[in-house]
Amino acid sequence: MERFLDQFFNLEIMARYLPDVAAGFAVTIQLALSVIVTGLALGLLLAVIRAFQIRPVNWLIILFVDLYRALPPLVILIIFYFGLPFVGLTMSAFVIAWLVLSFVLAAFAEEIYWAGITSVNRGQWEASRSTGLGFTETLFYVVIPQAIRMTIPPLTNRTIAITKNTALASVITVEEMLTVAQTSLAYAANTSPLTLAAIGYLLIFFPLTMASRWIETRYAWKR
Amino acid sequence: MAHATDAASKYVVEAYDIHKSFGDFEALKGVNLTVAPQELVFIIGPSGSGKSTMLRCCNLLEQPSRGQVKITGEEITARGVDINKVRQRIGMVFQQFNLYPHMSALGNVSLALRKVKKMARSEADDRAHAALRRVGLDDKAGNHPTELSGGQQQRVAIARAIAMEPDVILFDEPTSALDPELVGSVLEVMRELRESGMTMVVVSHEMRFARDAADRVIFMDGGLVVEEGSPERIFTDARSDRLKSFLHSVTGH
Repeated sequence: MERFLDQFFNLEIMARYLPDVAAGFAVTIQLALSVIVTGLALGLLLAVIRAFQIRPVNWLIILFVDLYRALPPLVILIIFYFGLPFVGLTMSAFVIAWLVLSFVLAAFAEEIYWAGITSVNRGQWEASRSTGLGFTETLFYVVIPQAIRMTIPPLTNRTIAITKNTALASVITVEEMLTVAQTSLAYAANTSPLTLAAIGYLLIFFPLTMASRWIETRYAWKR
Repeated sequence: MAHATDAASKYVVEAYDIHKSFGDFEALKGVNLTVAPQELVFIIGPSGSGKSTMLRCCNLLEQPSRGQVKITGEEITARGVDINKVRQRIGMVFQQFNLYPHMSALGNVSLALRKVKKMARSEADDRAHAALRRVGLDDKAGNHPTELSGGQQQRVAIARAIAMEPDVILFDEPTSALDPELVGSVLEVMRELRESGMTMVVVSHEMRFARDAADRVIFMDGGLVVEEGSPERIFTDARSDRLKSFLHSVTGH
């Protein structure tokens, strides 16, 4: 037991590496928030475009979505990180991690939003169109607000699952929390920095899960 | 009325030779329908007779396979017609109310006023309140549909239609989804509308209401108009066997 405590909860080591892990914590938060914002926005944009049913465009969207849903995020990260320089694109590892995870979240989010849009009752479309609103207006004022409300539970779930993949960015040298914790762990020959990172992740994702629960109840309506 | 009725037309709604097929199924086989200003026309018939489809052809929620629809003389089945513009003049009330669940009663009524008629919010709200007052529900303006009874929801849906000040309102089985004790309040509002001179086309099974409120009753069966006439004539002097057996089945004597 003592050895376990020394290995995982060594306060002296924790104190020594706290500033480093805190810096990684800041990067992780930054990455997570940017991924959530761009991923959800891009996903919604794709679902909206898909609603217009322009065939070639829809094929492209479906290709994008299925590709990013099928490939493991880690594989995509590595392909982007090592592949983009070959086509003349140099981006920081942070930007690549942000883009890749945003695309993955967007792909899943698009499918969820799309399911929401198609599950809005046909009568809603008819009622709105019968008052003279056009297709686009009906989509924006009547259908999407309902679709988003319906999709909040699966969407928050998926968002949390994908945002946790920020830890994968350690593989492509982003100085996020797990990277820092692993480096520190190697220097200290002790796993306590990893405990710090675990606490850091809890600090990020616990509020996120609670926030999602709050949003779910806030926007739910009785049917 | 805001829209000058075409001098050439003495009808609000004219539909000629309307055909509608769904795949191999011919729902409408050449139906004519004319509705004069301030007239209340009732369409009755067994389920599958095409009466709802006919109604939905009047605002092109259903695109006729063949035939011509005119609203106050303007042919809306013609190429290049801005259907969104035409639909502002044709209110519709649905069996399932179809209120927007994410909006208050006021929001439901004012949405099209703001987005279609481009009214400022205050003006749209005033008009929406007035429409809700007419259906006796202004005190529920802030309530969401789920907080209202079925009858109240349908009255809000009627307010949504009348707020646009349409030339005609189409009612698609407006009381069929209601509990019996809630039907009366909706019929009351419809009667009030009728007395105020609103032109109405009603598809419904409310025979008693048809009898004392309708100007004309149309009996449809098998995608065709079988008989048509005053309520008196349709309900007491049925000529075809189909109407006789239909009346027998709905009234039970």
